[in-house]
Amino acid sequence: MTQGKKVRIGCGAGFSGDRLEPAVILVEKGELDYLVLECLAERTIALAQKRKAVDPNQGYDPLLERRIELLLPLLIKNKVRLITNMGAANPIAGADKIIEMAKRLGVSVKVAAVTGDDVFEYITGNEIAMETKKAVSHSGEIISANAYLGADALLPALDTGADIIITGRVADPSLFVAPLVHEFGWSLDDVDTIGKGTVIGHLMECAGQITGGYFADPVKKPIENMSTLGHPFADVSADGSATISKVEGTGGSITLATAKEQLLYEVTNPHQYFTPDVIADFTTVSLQQPAVDRIDVKGGGGNKKPQTLKVSLGYKAGFIGSGEITYAGAHALERAQLAGETIKQRLNNKFPELELDYIGHTSVHPASLAENYKPYEIRLRVAGKASTENEAAIIGEEVEALYTNGPAGGGGARKYTNEVIGIISTLIDRDKIMSSVTIKSYDHKAL
Amino acid sequence: MTTKLYDIAHSRAGDKGNTLILSLIPYQEKDYKMLCHVVTVEKVRQHFKGVINGEVIRYELPNISALQFVCDQALSGGVTTSLVLDTHGKTLSYALLEMEIEI
Repeated sequence: MTQGKKVRIGCGAGFSGDRLEPAVILVEKGELDYLVLECLAERTIALAQKRKAVDPNQGYDPLLERRIELLLPLLIKNKVRLITNMGAANPIAGADKIIEMAKRLGVSVKVAAVTGDDVFEYITGNEIAMETKKAVSHSGEIISANAYLGADALLPALDTGADIIITGRVADPSLFVAPLVHEFGWSLDDVDTIGKGTVIGHLMECAGQITGGYFADPVKKPIENMSTLGHPFADVSADGSATISKVEGTGGSITLATAKEQLLYEVTNPHQYFTPDVIADFTTVSLQQPAVDRIDVKGGGGNKKPQTLKVSLGYKAGFIGSGEITYAGAHALERAQLAGETIKQRLNNKFPELELDYIGHTSVHPASLAENYKPYEIRLRVAGKASTENEAAIIGEEVEALYTNGPAGGGGARKYTNEVIGIISTLIDRDKIMSSVTIKSYDHKAL
Repeated sequence: MTTKLYDIAHSRAGDKGNTLILSLIPYQEKDYKMLCHVVTVEKVRQHFKGVINGEVIRYELPNISALQFVCDQALSGGVTTSLVLDTHGKTLSYALLEMEIEI
């Protein structure tokens, strides 16, 4: 009997480094059934695989401990189930860490770790990369390979009754579709309803991006109380329609405009949004605003899920070295340009491809748009690639040396070197993927 | 009358690999048809000359009165290995809004 039943899902994190507090407010005051924390970007998981390679007990999200510390007692007290991809490269180690924390906090908890996304052992190097149309090994040494799992991989974990479901690479909307399928008993073949659930998941997955985050513009799109920006929750009905809102008293706002921006965010084809669950159609979605900070979402649909799953591969792509220095006042741009050209001549032999950015003028937008603007301050940024860290460091060293060997009045020089993990994608037959669930639990009363 | 898109519409930029995705959403839904007429694929390609090196596809979403531009080969090789400052192209929503149109 699901008639009239609603499931409330909050999203308390939209990326690995997201703020901690909004999730706490959601669990404290949001009367949630489920909390989702989406913390895994393509490159985040490759970096996590690197940490796991150094220490087999690592590889889960670096903020896992800080988030769980704040949330665990509240989740249990308010009977909110957590679904998160904070397991990153090592969901089982993440589950062990949560159990360790539960013991310390004196809280009983059951954790289900979902694995199976790590397909590194199946990768031969001969797979064709979607981006380059060449063998993946051509891009560089492969260090990680994670397939995007779907809602189907999370369902057995939800069936165990676990308080926390922790996983690695699962498609972001699937983190929301799974509890809806679990609660409403939707068929995974009901593409229309799964498509609607995917729309809701997509609207929610970036957390603050639907409540005024990444949206505010004080002149044309003012958002009140940005500093206390609340994260959203969705009240979903059995037919796949939903109302999205947020905890009263939190900052930010939910409007047709914030919802439209988020609906289209990162969508390469609104007619065909590929996930492991469905090929969703976003063009039939309709949005209404019935009240302040509330959006009704109706419509959306889908077609049969793809037979292949996307695999994200991390590879070693060398190092990027960079240096920055600022010029200000009369002819700041001319002095910065002289500095840039000087560096270019000094490094020409070692770095044939050198990026020169004039920050404050033409560093991020097409140069033609800056033609009528004269900047007062300019920060020169120089960047280049190298195969070793020591070589990459040369760029920053040369920029720093502009102090005494460059134009007048340069200041605030900084230098950086970063190892680069590149990401490419390929497809894998879904029948090759076997996901599994590992239960870890701690019963405080049993002691 | 010449106006900037900024005055009548808003935009959010997203990325997938080397593909830049830009939404264009009028503040007033009645302006949607006019934007469909004026902000053509060719105009966007010209506006982002030197940035977009591949195909541009425009999707129309009349249900929510919005346009979506999907621009191939526009992020200097892609987020993870590019040397540019804004590897995701996140600031480019406001580059689109700099476009001047006749209304």
